[in-house]
Amino acid sequence: MATNYEDRQRGGGYDGDDDGDRRPMGGRGGGRRMHRRRVCRFCIDKVDLIDFKDVRLLQNYLPERGKILPRRISGNCATHQRMLAEAIKRARNIALLPYTTD
Amino acid sequence: MDTKRQYEVVFIVDPTADDEVPKLTESFSQIVIDQGGTVTKAETMGKRQLAYEILHHKDGTFVLLEIEGSGREIAELERRVRENDRVLRFITVRVDEDRRRAEKLKERRARKVAKKPAPGAHPRRGPAMDFAEAAGE
Repeated sequence: MATNYEDRQRGGGYDGDDDGDRRPMGGRGGGRRMHRRRVCRFCIDKVDLIDFKDVRLLQNYLPERGKILPRRISGNCATHQRMLAEAIKRARNIALLPYTTD
Repeated sequence: MDTKRQYEVVFIVDPTADDEVPKLTESFSQIVIDQGGTVTKAETMGKRQLAYEILHHKDGTFVLLEIEGSGREIAELERRVRENDRVLRFITVRVDEDRRRAEKLKERRARKVAKKPAPGAHPRRGPAMDFAEAAGE
């Protein structure tokens, strides 16, 4: 277990922007259809456990509104998305993360 | 089940009663010990801003306790914590099952890596399949 739950830095997470991660599917037609790379950050980092006290990590998956970032955008695998959602909900319960922000 | 359960208890203490934190931690630990459990870790995570107001408080001191025991001490601890009006909120999470699962996954991964350069594997066709072992997993 890490001691500095706030200072822990893990690579990855949703980078918050809506660009960059895209690449055109076909060269022709100016990239009509964009395809997002679907990679689970947690699988790459070989994460087996998502700690609900790790606010830095969880915050990457909460956009401004405070809703949990859906899998279709983050690209997480089902297992890790489930773990992440559970951790976020626990963190919300003890006011480490907001339920909503407006 | 004779294996000990592990729990993480996080509670938020009223920031105006900051100097009581060590005393509170001590008394809660004592409750657990009296009930036959052990406190494996007691740590103050420090004062931080709350994501939303709780009883008109905007910030609080977070304390983490890691407890090992049968589960009965948790019931008693929660009862006592609930009564204490210095504690704004608490959460108890059972962690042993998830940790065991994580450990298992880690082990499996380690085995997989060790197995990669399989003896007698065809250079192009990859490692020979061991059906008996695959079925046993």
